[in-house]
Parts: sequence; structure tokens; C-alpha cells
Amino acid sequence: MSIEVLSLSKQFGTFAALRDVSLQVQSGELLALLGPSGSGKTTLLRVIAGLESADSGQVLFHGKDATNQHVRERQVGFVFQHYALFRNMTIFENVAFGLRVRPKEFRPSKAEIRERVMELLHLVQLDWLADRYPHQLSGGQRQRIALARALAVEPKVLLLDEPFGALDAKVRKELRSWLRRLHDDMHITSVFVTHDQEEALEVSDRVVVMNEGRIEQIGTPDEVYEQPASPFVYEFLGNVNLFHGRLHRGRAWIGDLEVDAPEHAEAEEMAAIAYVRPHEIEVERTRNGEAALAAQIVHVLSVGPIVRLELVRENDAERNPVHAEISKERFRELQLAKGDKVFIKPKRLDLFPSYPHSHLQH
Amino acid sequence: MSTFKQYSILPGFNLALGFTLLYLSLIVLIPLSAAFIRTAELTWPEFWTIITTPRVLASYRLTFGASFAAALVNAAFGLLVAWVLVRYDFPGKKIVDALVDLPFALPTAVAGISLTALYAGNGWIGQFLEPLGIKVAFTPLGIFVALTFIGLPFVVRTVQPVLEDIEAELEEAAATLGANRWQTFTRVIFPVLFPALITGFALAFARAVGEYGSVIFIAGNMPMISEITPLLIITKLEQYDYAGATALSVVMLVISFILLLIINLLQWWNRRRSSDSLGSP
Repeated sequence: MSIEVLSLSKQFGTFAALRDVSLQVQSGELLALLGPSGSGKTTLLRVIAGLESADSGQVLFHGKDATNQHVRERQVGFVFQHYALFRNMTIFENVAFGLRVRPKEFRPSKAEIRERVMELLHLVQLDWLADRYPHQLSGGQRQRIALARALAVEPKVLLLDEPFGALDAKVRKELRSWLRRLHDDMHITSVFVTHDQEEALEVSDRVVVMNEGRIEQIGTPDEVYEQPASPFVYEFLGNVNLFHGRLHRGRAWIGDLEVDAPEHAEAEEMAAIAYVRPHEIEVERTRNGEAALAAQIVHVLSVGPIVRLELVRENDAERNPVHAEISKERFRELQLAKGDKVFIKPKRLDLFPSYPHSHLQH
Repeated sequence: MSTFKQYSILPGFNLALGFTLLYLSLIVLIPLSAAFIRTAELTWPEFWTIITTPRVLASYRLTFGASFAAALVNAAFGLLVAWVLVRYDFPGKKIVDALVDLPFALPTAVAGISLTALYAGNGWIGQFLEPLGIKVAFTPLGIFVALTFIGLPFVVRTVQPVLEDIEAELEEAAATLGANRWQTFTRVIFPVLFPALITGFALAFARAVGEYGSVIFIAGNMPMISEITPLLIITKLEQYDYAGATALSVVMLVISFILLLIINLLQWWNRRRSSDSLGSP
């Protein structure tokens, strides 16, 4: 079932949680809402679920207006960050809850409920815990039970609010790939909220990057990572180096470096910011006749096959660190060491005109 | 001692336990055992006669019956008050919250006198009830009213923190699963509140059983009708019948103890069924 969100706005006091947000979730896709805290991603999810009502705008389920539908009738499965399991009930009863509270005429028989619950517990691989209580389970197990409970009512969409946020790193990674596999098996339209970019990029079909109540970019994980649409997305997704420079009629200058910037052909003498990913910086011993920036290595960190260099550009009074990632092979070839003077050159950079007040946020 | 003392990082176990036992002995056990020792002056038949005279039996029924009824009413309405205080914001909420403690702080005699003044046949409330044939002051009903008054804070104050701790997420989860408000309350919220409610009930009940000050003003103290056991004890003391007074005390003590034990067992049983911890970390 598809979900459509049409120009939603929501205000909490003076704080605008959502500003005119529109979004389409395709049937059967796994969509990530990614953003820092306060970006409105959780509010958007809660409005879709019906746990929160928007000040204006519409929510459509499969083309039908659900804006004024009560959460009870929306048939959404919702998974909370802190599990929200019913602590006075066994695991079995937790999963059975949604079936047991149905009106009599729609309520399955006891045997059917039992079968369905055990089936779901089997699906989340925790059928052996049916008689335990939530406090006897680990965080990862609780979250899987919460998912089973949400699936018990056969929801048309599954909404997950930071589902792995309360778990430790290892369990998190396991559950992440497990959720992906589960989704591939079930093909239920799912939206999950996360502030962890790695999680969003790894699990989802499409990522919605949000900031300050607005959508910054929608795209596949590759698209948002490789072609960030705004400085915010650039900074939020992965490590990135930031160079200040100048734009003028399709050309940009960063220190000694001069590059083409055809997409900014109409720019007239304005300040610009260039973004370069650490792995897209080339390091050379010599200038090789090409335009490059002189820098000094201030730190070397060797992790596995990758060597991370921290550099400081010459003539940079603020000594802003520049991060570069090169292969160990290349590192050996150049025989680099801390304190060495080198030349760096971006293989690829993205330029954005810098406005006096930027929306960047860390 | 050392056999059940386990190594703990917290220091001072011996000292703390020793002091606790000494303190409890001085404050609780010794006075209580004095009551038993004093009663031992009586022979069994004497003891039995004192504690089973019809007037005394009537006072037991009244004391425990009215206390139980008052505690029940307090459990229901105390829960409601706690619910309103936790769930809703309204002007004057702080004042209402403070008012709840008033029966706690008020000298019980003051409560007794004001309730009597209100519910007497010519009082503010009594004048409307009298024509309806409802007499409150100087009847068992008056005792019930007084006991309800003094027991209210116990339920509110035990239920309130637990209610505050219930995450809104639990109710939201129930709603997304299709439960209506009633189902959410009875299946999700109430079971969590239940232990606290029982505790509040037990405290209100225990307080009511021992209440004297507020009751004697409104009760009328008619033998067989509106005479509570604590009053009988005082009466016996005033007649220098110490053995008789302690005999009644012992009976109240034992009954109260048994009732509290039952309530504790009930809680223990309830705790075993579910988690005592606050659920999610």
C-alpha cells in the first residue's frame, strides 16, 4: 500500500516541526527518514501513523484520505524506540494483544490466535521465549518482539521510530540486516526513522533526508551519498571536507586551485563552499605541474587497508584540518610520514554558493 | 552472622542492620509486646469473655467494616484524583495537588469537628440530606465519611508516581494495535497501577482502623451502633481496666496484622506474575 503525504505542517508552540512536507512512499518499499534530532522526522512518522495530527496538510493511504482517521483504524504497525512492550504480559500475550482486542465478530478463535502468534514468534526467531516477560529479554529480543506484535494485526504499513536507537552497536548491525531480509520476504510498505546515516544508507530502498522540518533530498542511498543536493546533505551524510573559495562566471578558485564550475555560470563574484569526500582527495609528493594545494600532514591513522591522513593547508591561519583517505599501498608508495609536506588535489568536488546565513547544523 | 553476610561493595552492613534491628525493637516490637504481656495477666476464659462481648463484637464489625468500605471508596476516587492530577493540566492544579495532603496534616480532631458541623442535621450539607432521610452525623455513615476523608492521601500519593511513570508510548502502542480506550485502560494501564493501588488501599485501610480523633466527634458513640473499637479501648483505660484495654488492643493488632499480611501476599503474588522492575530500561 502506498502512502502519500501532502504539504504537512506542524507547529509545537513556536517550534516548527514540519514545514510544508510532501512525500510519496511507493507500495512495498522500505523508506528511511534521516535527519538530526529536531529535524521533524519522528513527527512526520507520527503524523503518518495518526499518533499526532498535523496543523495542515493531508495523509493519503493508497490514494484514500486518512488525515482524520483515528490511529486505531489506520491499520499501521508501529515500532517504538524503547519497545513499549506491555510489561505485565508475557511475550505471547504481547503479540496476541492486537488480535485479542478486536471486536468479537472479527476476533480469531483462541486456537487461531495461538497459531498466528507462534507463527510470528517463529518468524522473529524467538518462539522459545513465549512464556517469558519483557524484562527478562535483552534489548534486541524486545525489539524483535515489538516488531512481531506490530505485524500480528496484519498492518498495511509498518512504521518504525528509531527502532535500533536503544541497542548497542553489534546488535544494531545484526537487527539492521535482519530487518532488511524480513522486508524482502514480506514486502510490506515500511518507513523507518533514524539519525544514523549508515543505517539509513545500508537498509533502505530510498532515503529522505530531513532538516529543520523540511525535506532536503529524496533519493536512493547512492544518489544521496554521491550527489548530495545541498550542503546540509553533504555534511550530514558521511565525512566531508569543506573548502572556502570564490565563484565567478563558471569558474571557482580555492586557494591556488582553479576549477570549472559550469553549473554556476551565472554566478557573479560570490563566496562559495566546496565539498570533497576524504576518499576523493589525491595526495602527491610533488606538484606535478598541475594545480594543487600545499599541505602538511599532521596526523596519520592507519586502519585496515585504509590510511587516514589529517592535513593542514599551508597559509591556512585557522589550521582547519583536511581529511584524506588513501589506500595503504599508495601510502607505502609515497612513504608518507607525519610532518611531511605534500600536495593535495580533489578528484571531484561539489560547489555550493555560500549565503551569509547558512542552514548548516552539526 | 558471617554465614549469611555476603560480600558487598556497600560498607556498613553490620552496623546498619544492627541499628535497624535495635531501632525497630525500641519503636515497634517492645511496645507491641508490652500489649501482649499485659494481656497475659488475664486467663484465657477471661480474655475470651472480654473480646467476645456483643458490644465489642459490634465495634469490630463497625471498625473493620467502615475502614474497609472507606478504603475501597478511597481506592476508586483516589485513583481518579491521581489520574486527573497526572494526566491533565488545568489552572489551580498545584493547589489541588496540595489540598490532597490536607487530611494528612490536619489534626484529626479538627477534621472530626468540621465534618460533624457539615453533616449535622443543621449543617451545610446535612440540612439537604436530612429531608431525604439520610443521616450522616452520629451514625455509622458518619464514621465512614470521616475515615474516607483521612484515607484519601494514601491512595493518591502511592498511585500518582506510578501513573507518572507509565510511558505514553504504552498507550500509543495499544492504540496502534487497535485497542479502544477502555481496553487500553483495563489491559495495559490498570495492571501496572494495581500493585500501587493495593498498597494505597492497605495504607488507607490501616490508617482508618487506627483512627480515633476524627471519628469520635462524628460517630455519636452509641454502644452497638456507632462505637469503634479504639473508643472502647479508651473507655476501658479511663476505667483503669488496663488488662481489658490491652486485650482489645491485641485483637486489633492481630486482625490488622493478618489483613496486612494478606495484602502483602497479594502483592507478592502479583509481582511474581509480572515484572517488578519498571519494564523498559
